[in-house]
Amino acid sequence: MSGTHSDEPPVLQHHFDNLGQQFEASSLGMWLFLVTEILFFGGLFTAYMVYRMAYPEAFAEASHHLNIVLGGTNTAVLIGSSLTMAMAVYAAQQGDRNRQVLFLVLTMVLGLVFLGVKSVEYSHKFAEGLVPGPNFRFEGDAIHAQLFFSLYFVMTGLHALHMIIGIGIMAVLTAFAWRGRYTRRYHTPVEVSGLYWHFVDIVWIFLFPLLYLIDRHGAVR
Amino acid sequence: MAPRVDALYYFLIAVTAFFTLLVAGLVIYFAFKYRRKLKDDAGAPIHGSMWLEAAWTIIPLIIVLVIFGWSSSIFFSMARPPAHTLDVYVVGKQWMWKFQHPDGRMEVNELHVPVGVDVKLTMTSQDVIHDVYVPNFRLKADVLPGKYTHMWFKATKPGKYHLFCAEYCGTNHSGMVGWIIVQERAEYEQWLAGSLGQGTTMAQAGEKLFKDLACSSCHQTDTIGRGPTLVGLYSNKVNLDSGSTVVADDAYLRESITNPRAKVVAGFQPVMPSFQGLVSEEALLQLLEYIKSLKATPSNATGVVSPPAPASPAKK
Amino acid sequence: MDTPVTPHSNYLTDGYTLKSWLLTRDHKRIGLLYLFSVTSFFVLGAFFAAVIRAELLTPAGDLVASDTYNRLFTMHGVVMVFFFLIPAIPSVLGNFLVPIMIGAKDLAFPRLNLLSWYLYTFGGLFTLWALVNGGVDTGWTFYTPYSSSFSNSNVALVIVGIFINGFSSILTGLNFIVTIHKMRAPGMTWFRMPLFVWAHYATGLIMVLGTPVIAITLVMVAAERLLHLGIFDPKLGGDPVLFQHLFWFYSHPAVYIMILPAMGVMSELVAAFSRKAIFGYQFVAFSSLAIAALGFLVWGHHMFVSSESVYSAMAFSLLSFLVAIPSAVKVFNWSATMYKGSISFEAPMLYVFGFIGLFMIGGMTGLFLAAIAVDVHVTDTYFVVAHFHYIMVGASIMMFMGGVHFWWPKIFGKLYHEFWAKVAAVTIFLGFNLTFFPQFIVGYLGMPRRYHAYPPEFQLWNILSTAGATVLAVGYAMPAFYLLHSLLKGKPAPSNPWGAKGLEWETASPPPTHNFETPPVVTEPPYNYAK
Repeated sequence: MSGTHSDEPPVLQHHFDNLGQQFEASSLGMWLFLVTEILFFGGLFTAYMVYRMAYPEAFAEASHHLNIVLGGTNTAVLIGSSLTMAMAVYAAQQGDRNRQVLFLVLTMVLGLVFLGVKSVEYSHKFAEGLVPGPNFRFEGDAIHAQLFFSLYFVMTGLHALHMIIGIGIMAVLTAFAWRGRYTRRYHTPVEVSGLYWHFVDIVWIFLFPLLYLIDRHGAVR
Repeated sequence: MAPRVDALYYFLIAVTAFFTLLVAGLVIYFAFKYRRKLKDDAGAPIHGSMWLEAAWTIIPLIIVLVIFGWSSSIFFSMARPPAHTLDVYVVGKQWMWKFQHPDGRMEVNELHVPVGVDVKLTMTSQDVIHDVYVPNFRLKADVLPGKYTHMWFKATKPGKYHLFCAEYCGTNHSGMVGWIIVQERAEYEQWLAGSLGQGTTMAQAGEKLFKDLACSSCHQTDTIGRGPTLVGLYSNKVNLDSGSTVVADDAYLRESITNPRAKVVAGFQPVMPSFQGLVSEEALLQLLEYIKSLKATPSNATGVVSPPAPASPAKK
Repeated sequence: MDTPVTPHSNYLTDGYTLKSWLLTRDHKRIGLLYLFSVTSFFVLGAFFAAVIRAELLTPAGDLVASDTYNRLFTMHGVVMVFFFLIPAIPSVLGNFLVPIMIGAKDLAFPRLNLLSWYLYTFGGLFTLWALVNGGVDTGWTFYTPYSSSFSNSNVALVIVGIFINGFSSILTGLNFIVTIHKMRAPGMTWFRMPLFVWAHYATGLIMVLGTPVIAITLVMVAAERLLHLGIFDPKLGGDPVLFQHLFWFYSHPAVYIMILPAMGVMSELVAAFSRKAIFGYQFVAFSSLAIAALGFLVWGHHMFVSSESVYSAMAFSLLSFLVAIPSAVKVFNWSATMYKGSISFEAPMLYVFGFIGLFMIGGMTGLFLAAIAVDVHVTDTYFVVAHFHYIMVGASIMMFMGGVHFWWPKIFGKLYHEFWAKVAAVTIFLGFNLTFFPQFIVGYLGMPRRYHAYPPEFQLWNILSTAGATVLAVGYAMPAFYLLHSLLKGKPAPSNPWGAKGLEWETASPPPTHNFETPPVVTEPPYNYAK
């Protein structure tokens, strides 16, 4: 962003005709980027689907070693953070500096809670010997259970990486919002970052049932 | 099969030559006929023609569909081996080919087969992906680790034919070559009689392994012990404890030995240890041949190889 | 049509410091940064090819050791595919021309554009570092489990390089799509856009949708190598063929990334040198989109012998035949454009003629490969090598050369020596055919690819191929001389040396930094030659 006085919105970038065109371009750009992210995660989801269809029992058994209380809590935390993010965007659209900052900070806090819970979960897995590698131990079809856990760690790890990046983006936004950069007239970065945050949330909404909730409906075979 | 492939190939060459010469010819003709005469000349105001677009979309479409149909018919023949074949087992490893004949003979980098006989190769790799390629037969198939792949052929002329590995596999990929030696019946019989190392068929070797590895302690041949009986198992359906049913084919048998927990037969406990790493691919194939040889006799034929609904509850 | 050359400032004179180039946001300068980089990688990749062809002169593997040879063909593929062919036309010519052709001042995201170049460069440096450390020997296709569990070479390092480079591609595609949607000048409707822009739009779609898949696939291979996961290792429950599905899901559409921009150049050159509107404009435009869409549905044709099921194979075979149709439609439309045109024979047009012949052969040999029965015999042989080189070198690089020559006066404001350009074009065409046509023959005879040593009966064809490669090398070297001469001593170019239609020819050569002195308003259809 070209630097001008901190209480004025940045000027129109030179290659755009007007702010409307600039916003539409940024928005379309972010949507396209999110499509690439869908394809990026998609490769992992594909691998997961292929193996789950081939080894359903092993995957179900392995899934039962995941903690659905922690996973469920995290789901609620993330959905909450999407709410606070939406509120931050709304506040930016209203030009309300204090509420923008408040909700951005809340979003970051919830994001950090998510990551905290995730690290607790990972440490449990380590203690239980469920991290793929030479120390992996599992009663049952260990070979395919290990496959499940390989995918579990790569998928949730990649998701966590996106969360960390998201929190970083929120931190930058908070700093700029604090300085009054986002107004009714110009708040594009908040909106497009909001899109990114919602996307990261949606990825988790898919990860949670696929990884944690296999065969948990209670029916006895 | 090879002549059928060649016929299609020559047809494709003809179609390619025809269209390339047609288009190139027209373009060269236009280039000369319509070459610019004056500096500021422009071309005619022609923008398109629905008729032409339709024609040059539909005609190529028809041609490619013809090629597709023709190719598919040849491909179906390639993909479906005949019912009765001379089976040979192939194990590829970096960087050599090992052939096992059911009657026990092993060959390295060379395979003798009689002319005019349907031969089916069942292949696996010990390490990375390889590929059996016999250019004279116009055939190739990848050889995969952890899985069995198949290829069948009927050699029509005696001779010595190149065998190449056709999937890059490391340092000596181009050295992983050999020969398919196709012989007249008489010569083949002579070779059979004269070659070394026979005496134990694959099935017999498999039977010995079965005892040496103590498989027989759980898998009795006539009663149901800790493990299900294997008599009449091959190619029959098996009920699993998950409720699904599978066919006991090569892949199932191999998996049951290397990763028994993956599919547990209904009514049995998951107590079979894994033999992964304890048996070589060749040994696995010998065990396979042995199990295949355990045909159900009228006295112990059950059809489906698992006991009826057991008293023990489903495991979970 | 020729506006006089006025000595005002242009994008080249707008800052002479290194910083003004390395921190530029001008799409034109970024295009030139890419030109420098892709040319460097091309030279590297060509050097590897030269050693390969020298080794293959004799049946014995006697020039280099097997491990070295395996690294050579791997690095040749990696460098040429990821660091030359995929970026070349889009990042050099596309970057330079797309905004100008639609009447915009720049791409939608100039800073992302610069970031793209840096990502490309860092990716390239990682790959070079891997090369210096001994290279990789898995083949550019990285098949598992060889790449994930067995190879002793710098697989993870090269993967990092390709991964970073992939984001360059994604951001470039994203930039093109948003630019074309949102930044067209007043009056520049979709159907008034040059076909070069349509081609880059379709290419952008593939870049955005396909590249992330290979990114994650390579991440999985690296994870498997470094963390001993078992995603593709049969001993750990994985399936090595899953890698092939994921890899080819991108890498097949990738070949359309390599050819669609070339087809875009083709449309511009045919129209300009026939002084006639492209025949069937809408059909050519929609064919680009059809190729992009269908291109995502055919990946399994790389796996006909990999234990794919019979029915999958049939589906992929049929779709592979169908994807050939829009390409054929384009060739017919270009040829029909020449009918009653006013044709001249400058160097770019010679590349057009070369393209038509070579693309026809390359494209139609694709039909051979779509036919499963034939593919079973020729896959993994030199037949396939010949097929893809006909398209990637015979068609795609021909159009890179044709485009560079056509827009050279616009980009640099200088003219080049037409005679030597023609000589180079003809030399390249002859050298190319001598190099690669024998490979069709030796492939059908059964010579597998990636072979360091081969049976003696294949030698004649290999000798012919190596002889051709020598001629081809001379042909490619020639432009280095006369183009450099043009930069240093070439005559100044007028704004429209070819008498062509298109917004780029209505601005100065070289263009001003903001592309146009006054923003254009479009009222005419494209290629409005006829009076």
